[in-house]
Amino acid sequence: MIEFEHVSKRFGEHVVIDDLSLRVDDGEFFVLVGPSGSGKSTLLRTVNRLVPIDAGSVRIDGVDVATQAVEPLRRGIGYAIQSVGLFPHRTVGENIATVPRLLGWSDGDTRARVAELLVLLKLDEPGIADRYPDTLSGGQQQRVGVARALAARPRIVLMDEPFGALDPVTRESLQASLKAIQRDTATTILFVTHDMDEAFGLGHRVALMLDGKVAQVGTPLELIRHPVNERVREFVGGSRARLRELAVRQVRDSMRKGEVADGDAIDGGASLQDALGAMLTQGRDRLPVFDDGQLAGAILLADLVASRE
Amino acid sequence: MTPRALPVVLLACIGFVAALAFPFLYVTPNRLLSGEPHSPHVVALALTCVLLAAAGVTSVRGSRVAVALLAWALIAGLPLLASIDARTLLLAAAPSARVPLGAGFWLMWLSASLLLLDRLRAIRMAGRVVAWIALLVAIVVMGSAGAFDTLALVREFHAQRGPFMDALLTHLTLAATTLVLALVIGAPLGWWAWRTRRTDGAVVGMLAFLQTVPSLALFALLIGPFAWLARAWPALGALGFGGTGAAPAVFALVLYALLPVVRYTIAGLGAVPADAREAARGLGMTRLQLLSRVQLPLGWPVLLAGLRIVAVQTIGLAAVATLIGAGGLGRFVFLGIGQGANDMVMLGTLAIIALALAVDLLFQAMLAFTERRP
Amino acid sequence: MKVIVAPLLLVVLLLALPHSASWFHAWMPTLSHPLYTRTSFLMLTLSHLWLVVLATLVAVAVGLTLGVLATRPNGRSLLPTVRAVAVIGQTFPPVAVLAIAVPLLGFGAAPTLLALTLYGVLPVLGQTVAGLDSVAPAALHAADGMGYGRWRRLWDVELPLAAGPIMAGVRLSAIVGVGTATIGSAVGATTLGSPIVEGLVGNNTAYVVQGALLVGALALSIDGVLGLVERRVRRLR
Repeated sequence: MIEFEHVSKRFGEHVVIDDLSLRVDDGEFFVLVGPSGSGKSTLLRTVNRLVPIDAGSVRIDGVDVATQAVEPLRRGIGYAIQSVGLFPHRTVGENIATVPRLLGWSDGDTRARVAELLVLLKLDEPGIADRYPDTLSGGQQQRVGVARALAARPRIVLMDEPFGALDPVTRESLQASLKAIQRDTATTILFVTHDMDEAFGLGHRVALMLDGKVAQVGTPLELIRHPVNERVREFVGGSRARLRELAVRQVRDSMRKGEVADGDAIDGGASLQDALGAMLTQGRDRLPVFDDGQLAGAILLADLVASRE
Repeated sequence: MTPRALPVVLLACIGFVAALAFPFLYVTPNRLLSGEPHSPHVVALALTCVLLAAAGVTSVRGSRVAVALLAWALIAGLPLLASIDARTLLLAAAPSARVPLGAGFWLMWLSASLLLLDRLRAIRMAGRVVAWIALLVAIVVMGSAGAFDTLALVREFHAQRGPFMDALLTHLTLAATTLVLALVIGAPLGWWAWRTRRTDGAVVGMLAFLQTVPSLALFALLIGPFAWLARAWPALGALGFGGTGAAPAVFALVLYALLPVVRYTIAGLGAVPADAREAARGLGMTRLQLLSRVQLPLGWPVLLAGLRIVAVQTIGLAAVATLIGAGGLGRFVFLGIGQGANDMVMLGTLAIIALALAVDLLFQAMLAFTERRP
Repeated sequence: MKVIVAPLLLVVLLLALPHSASWFHAWMPTLSHPLYTRTSFLMLTLSHLWLVVLATLVAVAVGLTLGVLATRPNGRSLLPTVRAVAVIGQTFPPVAVLAIAVPLLGFGAAPTLLALTLYGVLPVLGQTVAGLDSVAPAALHAADGMGYGRWRRLWDVELPLAAGPIMAGVRLSAIVGVGTATIGSAVGATTLGSPIVEGLVGNNTAYVVQGALLVGALALSIDGVLGLVERRVRRLR
C-alpha cells in the first residue's frame, strides 16, 4: 500500500505537486495519467526518493519512506523508465540480475530468476541472455528493462512511460505481457503515462493529474461516465469518450444470453470495441458470442449504441 | 595504375630520391667534427626502389606479398648494409674516425617502414604483430651480435653506456611519477568538475591557460619559487628539493598533464548514458557502486586514451626539463648540441622517440585489450 | 573581450620592460646585469613571431594540400599512410624534431624553422583529414545532386564545413610552434627563448623572468586570436 499525504514539491518558483493525497492499494494496477508537466513523473519518483519532497509524507505500508535508508528502499522497489537505461557494458542476463546482485543473492538463485524472467517476458531467443543491449530491438530492450525492474520480486514496481517510445504493435504486445504478469503476481504497480488509451487499458484505477493535483481518481468507467468537471471530460475524450468506454467494457457483460446469431463468433472476454469492429468487418448488426468453451449468446449493435447503465 | 598502388609508388619515389640526392653515410675524423659524405650503393638502392614501385603497380598474384617482403628486408637490411660499408670505410681511416648515418639512409629506412605499415594493413592483427616482432628480434639479434658496432651511433652508445642508462632511468622515473601524480590529482578533480557541472569553470580554464605557456618558460619560472621554498623550509632542501632538479620539473610536468587527465575523466564519466545512470540510482545503487560498477567500466577506455596522450606528451616535455637540471635523455640532446657532438644528439633523440613510440604502443595494446568484450 | 587581455599585456610588457632595470635590480640586488640587453625585447618578439608565422603558413599550405589530396577518391589509398604519419609523427617530441634538424642544417634559425614547419604540418594534416571525413554524407549527396563539380563541391561545401577542425589544427600548430621556437634558442635561433636559456646558463633569474613573461604573453595572445578565429569559423558554418 502506497499513501501520499499532503505531498508538495516545488522546483524554484514552480509548484509541481500541490498538496496531493492519494492511496494505492496492495495488488492494484494504478495508473497516473495526465499531460506533460502535470507532475505525474515527479510524484512517481517521490516513492523511491529520486525526488525529495518539500512537505507531506509518502508512506509504504505505513512507514514513511523518508525515514528509510535510501538504497535498501530502492532495491525493494522495481523501477522502469521510458529510455530503459540498460547498462551498455553488461549482457542482458547481467542487466536483469542487477538488483539480485546488489541484494547479495546466490549465483544459483540469480541464474534461475533470470531464466524465469526471460520466459515470462517472452525473451526466448536462444542465447539472448549473453547478448549486449545494443544488439536488441527497441521492444526487446524494454522487455529487458521490465524484467530488470521485476528481478528481485519487488512488491511495488514504479513504471515511468515504459512503452512510450515503442511502435503500436510492440507496445500492445508488451502491455498484454505486463497485464498478465501483474495479474499472476499481484504486484502493486504504479504506472505513469500520458496516453489515455493505455491508462484505461491497463489500470484498475486511474488518477488524472492536472497542474500538480489529482483532478479525479476512479476506475476507467467511472472517469468516462462521470467526469467531475469539464476539464476531466475534455481529457477523457469529450464526445469520443463513448468509444473509449467500448474499449474498456467486455462483451460478456453486454451479451444477450441464449440468443443466436449468424457470423463468426466473438470471444466473451473481448472488448465491446472489438465487437463493433467485427460487426463492421462482417457487415452484420449481431454476432454470436463464444464464452467458457461454448456458444453463450449474441451481442447486438443496438445494445452497443444504447448501452448506458 | 590502380589507386591501391599509390602509396607504394609514392614511398618508392621518396626512397629513390633519397638514394640519389642524399648521402647514405658520412665519414668524420672524430665525434665532434663534420665529415665527407659517402653513398656507395646509389645505383643498387635506386634500382631497388624502382623494383618496389614496379611490384606495386603490377597486379600479378603475389606481388603484394613481394612488396611487403622487400620492405621488411630493407628495414632489417639497410642498417646491416650501412655497418658493412662503415667497416670498409673505417679500415682506411684514423682510429678516432666515425661513420654516422646520413639523411639518405634515414629517409629510405622511414619510407620502408611506412611501406610495410601500409602493406600489412591488409592482413590480420596476429600476422601484423608477428611481422613487426620478427623485425624487432632480427635487429636486436644482429645488434647484440655486434653487427652494427661500426656505426657512429652504436659507438656513441657504447662509449656512454653508463650515463645513458642513468638518463633513461631518470627519464622513465620523471614520466612515471608525473603520470601517477596527474592521475591521482586529475581524476578526482575531473570527477568533481563533472559532478558540480564545472566542466567549463575556472579550474579547467586555468589548466587550459597553463597548457598554452611554452614549456621552457614554465620550467624556468618555477626556479624562483622552488628555490624560495627550499630556503624557507630547509627540511625540504635536505630532501633534494630546490630551484632546479626533479621537483620543479615534475611539478611543471604534472601541471601540463592535468588538463588532458581532467578532460578525459570528464569525457569518461560522460560516456555513461544519462538514462543508465538514472536507472542505476533508481534500482538502488550507492554512489560508490555506480562509480565502480557502471561509470568506471564504461569510462575507463576513455580515460586510458587520455593517459596515452599524457604519457607521450610527458616523455617529450621531460626532455626539456633537463634545462633546469632534472636530467633525463634530454641531457644527451642539449649537451650534444652544446658540444657539437651530433652522434650524442642523435642517440638522445632516437631514444626519446623510441620511448615515446613504445609507450604509445603499450597504451594502444592496453586500449585494445580493454575494449575487447569478454 | 577576453581576447584583448593577452595582447594588451604583451604591449605593456614590451613598453615597460626596457625601463625596468632599476626594478629588477631592487628585486635581485646581487645581479650585475639585471636587464637583458643583448637584443631588444621588441626584436626578440618580432623574430620569434616571424618564425612561428612563417612556419605555420608553410605548414598550413602543406598540411591542407596533403589532407585534401588524401581524401579525394584517387588519393584515398594514401589515407592510411597519411594518418599513420600524422599519428606517429605526433608522438615525436618537438624537441626531438628540433634536434634532428641540427645535424642537417647546423646552428641558427634554419633548423628551428625546419622543425617548426615539419612538426606544424602534423596537426593541420590530421585535423584536415578528420574535418573532411566528418562532413555529413547527406550534405555531399545533396551537393552532388544539385550538380556541383568535384572541386566546386570541395570549395563550397566540404572546406567550409570542415573549417572548424582545420582551424583548431592551425591553432595547435601555432601554439606548439611558439613553444618549440622558445627551445630553438638553444640551437642558436634568436627568439624569446634566448634570455631564458642565457639566464639558465648564467644563473641570471632576471633574464629568465623577462623572457618567460614575454613568451607567455605572446603564446596567450596567439592562442586567443586564433581561438577567436576558430569560434567565428565554427559559428559561420
